[in-house]
Amino acid sequence: MAVQYVILLSRQGKVRLAKWFLTLSLKEKSKIVKDVSTLVLGRRTKMCNFLEYKESKVIYRRYASLFFIAGIDATDNELITLEIIHRYVEQMDRYYGNVCELDIIFNFQKAYYILDELLLAGELQESSKRDVLRRISQQDALEEAEGDEEKFSRLMPYISQIPGLSSYDGSGSLPVPGPGSSSNSFSNVRASRVAGGRDAYYG
Amino acid sequence: MSSMRGLVQFIADLRNARARELEERRINKEMANIRQKFKDSNLSGYQKKKYVCKLLYIYILGWNIDFGHLEAVNLIASNNFSEKQIGYLAISLLLNENHDLINLVLNSIRKDLNDGNELYNCLALHAIANVGGKEMAESLSSDVHRLLISPLSKPFVKKKAALTLLRLYRKYQHCVPEEWADRIVSIMNDPDLGVVTSVSSLVLALAQDKPDLYQKCYGRAVFRLKAILIDRQVQNDYMYYRVPNPWLQVRLLRLLQYYPPSDDPDVAAGLLDVLQFILDVVTEPLRNVQQSNAQNAVLFEAINLAIHIDVGPALMDKIVGKLGTFISSRETNLRYLGLDTMAHLAARAEDLSPIRAHQATILNSLRDRDISVRRKGLDLLYSMCGYQNAATIVGELLKYLEVADYAIREDMVIKIAILTEKHATEQRWYIDTILRLISVAGDYVSDEVWQRAVQIVINNENLQPYAAHTLLQYLKGPTYFEAMVKIGGYVLGEFGHLIADTQGCTPIEQFLALQDKFGSCSAFTKALLLSTYIKFVNLFPEIKPQLIQVFHSYSRSLDSELQQRACEYLVLASLPTDDLLRTVCDEMPPFPERTSALLSRIHEKQGKGEDRRTWFIGGKSGVSDTEALIEGF
Repeated sequence: MAVQYVILLSRQGKVRLAKWFLTLSLKEKSKIVKDVSTLVLGRRTKMCNFLEYKESKVIYRRYASLFFIAGIDATDNELITLEIIHRYVEQMDRYYGNVCELDIIFNFQKAYYILDELLLAGELQESSKRDVLRRISQQDALEEAEGDEEKFSRLMPYISQIPGLSSYDGSGSLPVPGPGSSSNSFSNVRASRVAGGRDAYYG
Repeated sequence: MSSMRGLVQFIADLRNARARELEERRINKEMANIRQKFKDSNLSGYQKKKYVCKLLYIYILGWNIDFGHLEAVNLIASNNFSEKQIGYLAISLLLNENHDLINLVLNSIRKDLNDGNELYNCLALHAIANVGGKEMAESLSSDVHRLLISPLSKPFVKKKAALTLLRLYRKYQHCVPEEWADRIVSIMNDPDLGVVTSVSSLVLALAQDKPDLYQKCYGRAVFRLKAILIDRQVQNDYMYYRVPNPWLQVRLLRLLQYYPPSDDPDVAAGLLDVLQFILDVVTEPLRNVQQSNAQNAVLFEAINLAIHIDVGPALMDKIVGKLGTFISSRETNLRYLGLDTMAHLAARAEDLSPIRAHQATILNSLRDRDISVRRKGLDLLYSMCGYQNAATIVGELLKYLEVADYAIREDMVIKIAILTEKHATEQRWYIDTILRLISVAGDYVSDEVWQRAVQIVINNENLQPYAAHTLLQYLKGPTYFEAMVKIGGYVLGEFGHLIADTQGCTPIEQFLALQDKFGSCSAFTKALLLSTYIKFVNLFPEIKPQLIQVFHSYSRSLDSELQQRACEYLVLASLPTDDLLRTVCDEMPPFPERTSALLSRIHEKQGKGEDRRTWFIGGKSGVSDTEALIEGF
């Protein structure tokens, strides 16, 4: 399935993430974003998750305050793309812990990295539950280690001057602002078996 | 998860800006600051990383970034992983394959590709997959290939290499030489399912262009499907809500659709088992949406494959039954896909009666709440139309056309026109329907539609008087659409004389009906009508004075085409003898057989993608309708 683009759109029409698997000019990209946003934001609930736009298909699904939109070729399998989107949301949920829109705003790099582990060249790369996050944790660990080294080397000249201080606990990760306080969490995504057959986020 | 404090603060500031001007001001202030900082050559890697991140955030918000690219390129060359990562992220967001700076990154990418650290390899592969173009394909594809086939490569590197190679192949086909084929196919047997998924995508693209070279993938695909589904050889990690690796299943099922059914009896039997298994899976309403979607995704793909390989009547009946349930399902997604897959079935099946059994439901889908479903309903009706049900279907479509969304009208008009022509058992019904079509949706009627109708009228003598008469009735009434005037003008010009003796159709009445609409028409139509009038001069000398008057008044028109025609016709009409006039206005000869231009319009609209279409809408003869439809009359 060649996914052409993935866009995360807020309900007010702000783009939170845009990943393009096609080579397009800036003008073409903005046109697509504008057109697709209008189409998706204008859909009512209970309508199907598929739209036709020019010669491609647009698959979308709303998770709390964000619309996850994927543009695919006319020949691609729609339902499976919907589940790719869901997989992406699940992975982000696991990573950020009860992910919400603010996480994606303040830590947008990670959202891109997770997407890179999931989709490459517009195709699904990995469908294992744990593999994607394993990569991301590896990267995080490397980043932490380098961060520690750097802090250590910056502080070295001062440390050696302080009497009695023999070790330095260099685990100073900077505080992340509290995204969990927002009520817009879409963590329900993970485990709910919704009674009655109607999933709150369907459509 | 560590984060840069300066970046976080900046984002918080922007979110606190109440108005757009405040946001813009803050952004400009920051950009000026960053510009200043970038001039400082002693900027640390961390600082560079932070500022590039800020720029990226501004970019994502929708503002244009016209600097910072060089700093991003520098970051890529850093020895620090997170700096590298940000650099690559910036490249993938800000640049594309056509950018000049891409060449600067090429060497860094190559270096990272060949580095001992696998995480660096991955960054490089991602970069190539994101912004790779022809140059990268030429210089880096062998390095990527090496990573793919090396026994030392870890699985996560292999799968990225496979998809990166796919991207390069799509940009430049020659970068994957034929010698690589066997090795690539053999990777489909890799124990890691992630690798298999990625390689299957690669093979799918390669096999479409060179099916013979990649023939071995067929057997492997079938056995892998069997292993996953029937033997349940799937690690727990790859189960998705109780469905074993649905994405891989879908991929493999799609791959098989690009090949004819296998000659090998084991393989063919294996495939039948797999399809049977999938169709038998219980599809009662499941409580979990994800499980239901995953299962149905596989089911629909399997049905598409089954239609492709002719699985025998028992299985076919099961399929049609299932589709019948889907098209009346409460879930909109299922109605949509049910209609779509039935259209696929209609495009391939010899016998359309099982589908026709559901005609009432399908006609109802034209009134579905969701436009996506209505479109699919239209496509299906188009495909399942035969001479038995043409009248009903076309009638319903015309009824629906009157209330249809504008977005869908043009498509409907073309389809109705084609169906009418193809399945008309009576010539008059054809003319009636086309004219009714024009009167209902005239401004969505493209020129090809009425021109086609004209071709048909000209080629069929017995149709001509009827056509002329009916058109005149429409023209005398309140017609709002130019298409009607155009077709009326042309037909009356050629065949008006056939009805001139009938009551209500005298030459002067024909002229007045046209002249009535003349003023409100576009220049093109006026030009057409002027030509009609000169034909009238030839046919009906009794109204020559009125016609000459029209020519006079347009001989000074500002439109050059109209002026030219008016002047020339004026001269032609005022010549002493009739000979030239008669020769010029001689009756149009019948048109040679031609494919309908409308059919090519339909095919154009069906959309292309990276992968080839495996079917086209429109009935068994939908694709090869080259015998002139004209001949059928």
